[in-house]
Amino acid sequence: MTIRTDMGNASESLSRRDLLRAAGALGLSFLLPPLEARAANERGVRRKKSLVTIWLEGGPSQLETWDPHPGTKIGGPTKGISTSIPGVQIADTFPTLAAELSSLAVIRSLVSKEGDHERGSYFLKTGYRPDPTLRHPSLGAILVNQIPDASLVIPQHIAIGNSQWPPRGGFLGDQLDAFRVYDPGHNVPNLNAPVDSARQTRRVGNLEVVSKAFERGRHPQVEKTLHQHMIERALEMMSSDQLRAFQIEGEARKLRDAYGDTTFGRGCLVARRLVEAGIRAVEITLSGFDTHANNFNGHRENARILDPALATLLRDLRERDLLQSTVVLVIGEFGRSPAINPLDGRDHWPSGFSCLIGGGGLKSGLAIGSTDPEGREKMPHEPVEVADLFATIFKTFAVDFAHEVITPIGRPMAFSSGKPISRLFG
Amino acid sequence: MGTKRLSRLKALGLPFVVVLGVCTLVAWAARSPVDWRQIDAASGSHPGNSGAPSQPPAEIADTVAAVDRLFEAGWKESGRTPAKPADDLQVLRRLTLSLCGTIPSLEEIRVFESNGSPDRLDQWTNRLLSDSRFADYFAERLARSFVGNEGGQFIVFRRDRFSDWLRQQLKKNTPYDEMAREMISGTGLWTDHPATNYVTAAIANGELDENKLAGRTVRAFLGQRIDCAQCHDHPFAEWKQAQFQGVASLFGQTQNSLVGIEDKSKKTYTVEDRKTLKKHVVEPAVPFHPEWLPGTGTRRERLAAWITHPDNRRFERATANRVWGLLFGKPFHTPVDDLPDPPAAAEKDLLDLLGADFRAHHCDLRRMIRVIVASRPYRLDSVDEEPIVAAKDAAPKASAHSQSTGAPQANWNKEGDKTSEENTTAPADATTIWASFPMTRLRPEQLIGAMLQARSVRTIDQNSHLFVRATRFFQEADFVKEYGDLGENELDERTGTISQALLRMNGKVAADAIKADPLNASARLSTFAGSDASCLEGCYLVALSRRPTPAERGYFLQQLASAAAKDRGQVVEDILWSLFNSPEFSWNH
Repeated sequence: MTIRTDMGNASESLSRRDLLRAAGALGLSFLLPPLEARAANERGVRRKKSLVTIWLEGGPSQLETWDPHPGTKIGGPTKGISTSIPGVQIADTFPTLAAELSSLAVIRSLVSKEGDHERGSYFLKTGYRPDPTLRHPSLGAILVNQIPDASLVIPQHIAIGNSQWPPRGGFLGDQLDAFRVYDPGHNVPNLNAPVDSARQTRRVGNLEVVSKAFERGRHPQVEKTLHQHMIERALEMMSSDQLRAFQIEGEARKLRDAYGDTTFGRGCLVARRLVEAGIRAVEITLSGFDTHANNFNGHRENARILDPALATLLRDLRERDLLQSTVVLVIGEFGRSPAINPLDGRDHWPSGFSCLIGGGGLKSGLAIGSTDPEGREKMPHEPVEVADLFATIFKTFAVDFAHEVITPIGRPMAFSSGKPISRLFG
Repeated sequence: MGTKRLSRLKALGLPFVVVLGVCTLVAWAARSPVDWRQIDAASGSHPGNSGAPSQPPAEIADTVAAVDRLFEAGWKESGRTPAKPADDLQVLRRLTLSLCGTIPSLEEIRVFESNGSPDRLDQWTNRLLSDSRFADYFAERLARSFVGNEGGQFIVFRRDRFSDWLRQQLKKNTPYDEMAREMISGTGLWTDHPATNYVTAAIANGELDENKLAGRTVRAFLGQRIDCAQCHDHPFAEWKQAQFQGVASLFGQTQNSLVGIEDKSKKTYTVEDRKTLKKHVVEPAVPFHPEWLPGTGTRRERLAAWITHPDNRRFERATANRVWGLLFGKPFHTPVDDLPDPPAAAEKDLLDLLGADFRAHHCDLRRMIRVIVASRPYRLDSVDEEPIVAAKDAAPKASAHSQSTGAPQANWNKEGDKTSEENTTAPADATTIWASFPMTRLRPEQLIGAMLQARSVRTIDQNSHLFVRATRFFQEADFVKEYGDLGENELDERTGTISQALLRMNGKVAADAIKADPLNASARLSTFAGSDASCLEGCYLVALSRRPTPAERGYFLQQLASAAAKDRGQVVEDILWSLFNSPEFSWNH
């Protein structure tokens, strides 16, 4: 590939950005250029697909979310509520989502062997259990690697919120690490040059001089570092109108309120805007699910944040005709134990936990698997392996996941070793 | 910070304090060991190498010569001329980065250059090895391979105590085999016997994970990955599941109790068969040379003795490969902890050479470091004069670009196949036969160490003012997180990321580092360095440990000359910004 060395453009784009900024500030949004004709404008099945992962960090309790067992010993005080999927109840702390649930499928029988937060997160984000000899790429990184979009200057793999173990590029390379947005809807950090455009132009010009001196005799090595390439991409991004995907001021107040004025709610809204702009994979983290004590209050509080945001996201995607091209996955690193401990909490439980999945053309409105309402049977009915969930998502994206790639340590490895869940297709 | 504090002081109505403060600063700056006249005087010449090729110190000369002969034979065989010797200042930069995790300060550069003796780099190596920054930095690097960088279970695992213990051992230059035995077989509480954190790091959910310990021990000390054999026979290497379980069983009597880590001689180690789900007892065993395993002692003591047995070449080879990796940023064999079987005695390679010397000198880590940094490969330039043989060597991996543009979607898979093919057929490029110094990305700690060091004219170490050190500590912690910690696999080949570029260009640490704050190098350079030439040279030495090339000099001097006096500070800031953002700053070379 060629790396653009004409850095003079930066000054032009800068002034263009200044203009755009001024236009935005004055409310002259009609002056803003429309997004260029690209995938972003496609709708329905013709659109390239995106993945939105809602990451419930800490291990959400299946019993307080998508698999309640009200009235049983293990069920605790949690009540159920009927949903738009006939015969399927979820916890009654999700009334808004209950009405939207038919856009998704409920899986109640995920099984894993990883009961530690870090290991579980690794497993549920990469589809592989941790292996000290190899760092697996996360789902989002693989999708970006396999389905790139040259028209985007903003990163195509994004993690919103303060996740402890954000998705990484793994053996595919650090450049596929998720770009992190800690405070969605507000400023993305480090995107503004700390000096005026005249000085920025001088700086970038200087940089070219210094880089050239170093590159003499080291060209291939320097190229390999991608250093210059990343600087150019960063500069391009800093002055790109695509950054507007990160801003939510232009969204109607009513819609913003519907998502909820929380970091997570804003994150979901930004995620929808990113999907609209054609971003391949975005993860939004909601933490606080590690309820070893006070499980029920903890989950109730988180439901207050999650319920409106997730339901609005689904509705918003559907109304914009984006749901058919967007896979929505709601999941955490594991579930929580049927037994309630003396602190009114639940402990880690990697067998028989739940997730929601839908959109992207997947079959919706069904529930897969079930757990024992008495909590005696450890294994759920119709167990679903994590690898199968990953294979399902890859199939939706038409990624040849079974093809083995040679990892840097020379070991062949498929992107997923699972089989797609047949009930979610056709 | 400067302006804020000044305005607050003014508001308090104490302007005289300001005057006093400025006077003190000016006086301090004037007392600084940096002699600006010297910079002025030197600005015309390039005192690159000290002249005659240096002779390594007598006590390591033979080993260094043997290492050099090995590489020279390799270069001859592959028909490649090695790169020229690197400029002494560049070697000084490498040394400071790999031993202390930072770049040399202007103060250090001046002291170094004032030493005209031909062995000044060897003298400097010794100086750095006895610097407390070496023990601090190397202890952290080694800790990664012993306990990873995870937090672990805080109650039973104290990483800080462990690093501190390693630091003490490095300061005392404890023989490395002794350190290894202490970690593998130590007993007691993780607080007063910190080496036992090696064991407690493998406690999860209150249970000691023998498998994790077995895998890690063999990787860290023998450079073999037998972890895969935990679940099945290793598909490529010779490791069998039973061999793995035998090693795990050597940790099978270890437990954690009120008195800390201890061994119970009656305890049996059982393993559940994955298919039949039946439990069976596994007796301790080692995968090769059982005669090295002593008959007495606790199981862990026996394992430690076996691993460090004088005839166990894998131990010294693994150590040499790791130390080589920490010094070059790239291990001799990649990955650092999966070495090929030791070659036959007649075909001893570099690792055997370094390893034999290591064994012959009581497993002296410092000596091994001194040998490696005195060898020719370490002292070569990173400039590779010869054109690259094959275009595919020059092209970055397809995977490396896929997010960025998507254009060259020559699939990663194919690239992978190609790479493995290349290893056997294509001629090696310069860096794989060490005919030029490899370029590696600085670790985030190194990068921030370098930025903070560049901001200050003086050396930041234990003698620095508390405020300077505290700043370094906090900025380091945040920056490492934002820049992306490399975790345990820190010696893997890395590329840059867009977040890193943004952080360097627009982030606060970078902005602070170049700000014309009275305490910063930036202001001191623009104010106190006499001429434009000496100011520019100061910037280059502070950030890149070198002098500007004639082209750079011409370009920037013109910029400085045409700047109004009041804008001079900004021009200097912008020059420093460019230096910080250059690939030269972020990569070891």
